[in-house]
Amino acid sequence: MSRKYTVSVVIKNIIAWMVSIVMMVPLLLIFINSLKDKAQASSMGMDLPKTLHFENYLIVIERGKLLRSFFNSMFYAGSAILIAILLTSMAAYVLARNKTRLNRFLYFFIIMGLAMPVNYVSLMKVMQLTHLNNTRIGIALLYATIQVPISVFLIYGFIGTIPLELDEAGILDGCSPIRLYFNIVMPLLKPVLVTVAILTFMDAWNQFSFPLYYLNSSTKWPMTLAVYSFFGQFHKEWNLVSADILLTSLPVLIIYLLGQKYIISGMTVGSVKG
Amino acid sequence: MKSRIYPFYFVIGTLCLYLLLFVVPSIMGLFYSFTDWSSYSEEINYIGLENFKIIFSPEEHYFSALSNTVWFTVATTILKTGLGIVFALILNEGVLFRNFHRGLIFMPSILSFIIVGLIFKSILNPETGLLNVFLNRIGLSFLAKQWLVDLKYAFNSIIAVDTWKGLGYIMTIIIAGLQSIPPEYYEAADIDGAHYFSKLRYVTLPLLKPAITITIVLNVLYGLKIFDTVYVLTNGGPGYATEVLYTSVFREFGLGRYGVGTAMSTVLFVMMSVIGYFTVKLLDRKEVEF
Repeated sequence: MSRKYTVSVVIKNIIAWMVSIVMMVPLLLIFINSLKDKAQASSMGMDLPKTLHFENYLIVIERGKLLRSFFNSMFYAGSAILIAILLTSMAAYVLARNKTRLNRFLYFFIIMGLAMPVNYVSLMKVMQLTHLNNTRIGIALLYATIQVPISVFLIYGFIGTIPLELDEAGILDGCSPIRLYFNIVMPLLKPVLVTVAILTFMDAWNQFSFPLYYLNSSTKWPMTLAVYSFFGQFHKEWNLVSADILLTSLPVLIIYLLGQKYIISGMTVGSVKG
Repeated sequence: MKSRIYPFYFVIGTLCLYLLLFVVPSIMGLFYSFTDWSSYSEEINYIGLENFKIIFSPEEHYFSALSNTVWFTVATTILKTGLGIVFALILNEGVLFRNFHRGLIFMPSILSFIIVGLIFKSILNPETGLLNVFLNRIGLSFLAKQWLVDLKYAFNSIIAVDTWKGLGYIMTIIIAGLQSIPPEYYEAADIDGAHYFSKLRYVTLPLLKPAITITIVLNVLYGLKIFDTVYVLTNGGPGYATEVLYTSVFREFGLGRYGVGTAMSTVLFVMMSVIGYFTVKLLDRKEVEF
């Protein structure tokens, strides 16, 4: 019995390592090759760099105009987060607290968006009519809009756990709706707002379709589009492409390491109960 | 009274954004799909079902984009859910450095599709790619293929890359499901002398059903919308062999044939409205039990 048990534990550990290696090797490959010279990187192998070329990163930042696209990405992600935390949380709060017929309907109507596809072609028409096409504001608004359903869903669920008595106490103290929300309720939403902010950041940072469709000028490109176009120009220089890939992924990797708990809870919430 | 404490204007900002940039384009798209809207002419004329006839005609390549999308969705759903369950069971207990493994397996799902696509463009390169070099070195050269170039393998390679990326996410949901099973059930099963596989069959899997359902729903919703990965890895090629719905829409958009492009989006819209309705029902049931 115990011997059979040991064997199964050993097999389990071996499988776990094998899967982890399969997950890790592609990322490691990029890291190793980002430090090679052009000739050695052309074979894109797992052999270690003969000499370390840290200057690859500087070359990429300069040639790929990464600073510019970094700040673009930051602007898009930042505005989407701001809108999600301010506007979307206010909406979710009222929809969750005042369950009139209309509000029930609106809640369903909004979370239907979790499933629905974006019609990029006719969206372009709307972008042109509203003069948002090929503008930074337009992209930021799109990033915010696409997050509305998931943010409303997460915040709405969380507000259900906050006791109504708090609202009542606030009203007795003579709070206006705005003060009630911002001074009393919103601070209690911190855990879910952190989750929403992180998920919004990751989604915004990784977005590719919206800028591909609606940004013509490369000066407004986010990092994803910049790295793709850099690959188009320098696909023979995998050391530089690797460095670009690494720099583009770094922000999400850092956020992942810092906020792993929030990311996993946000991405799996509500998925196991029921 | 309640509407005074929870005023409707709190909802308006979000609602406006959502209506303007999400709902209105979808509805406009329904109308445009019955027209000859294009970049070649200023006029837009009603042409009935003409665009849909083109999409569903066997001579054109649009229908294969649709069937590819469905095949991609079915294949990735089965692979990710199946492997996700197996790895979740393995990593749930009895493994050293459990959190390290879980964190690592989850990591690809936070990366951008573009990044993953570029990395695998290198790995799957027939001459210099890591996969073929590795296969040749361990003496399995007959397994080394033209992964993204050969008609036979290109689409399956995309499915494999996508599974690599999304597996950890699905596994994490299943692990959360496993941990919500009360240990008493296993204790009772042990007293009855149940073996590992009968416990799996009669305790674990039935109680995992909600988690498995949600992973299937997530996979289907995601699979039908696939774009970035295919765009970077093959851009629909060779020929139209790996074309999916959204890459087809982007191609039409680039060619200025907006009518056909919106009509394809409408097909997706109809498919997803049905699935979406059931998803929302499912999510709502959960929300009550929070």
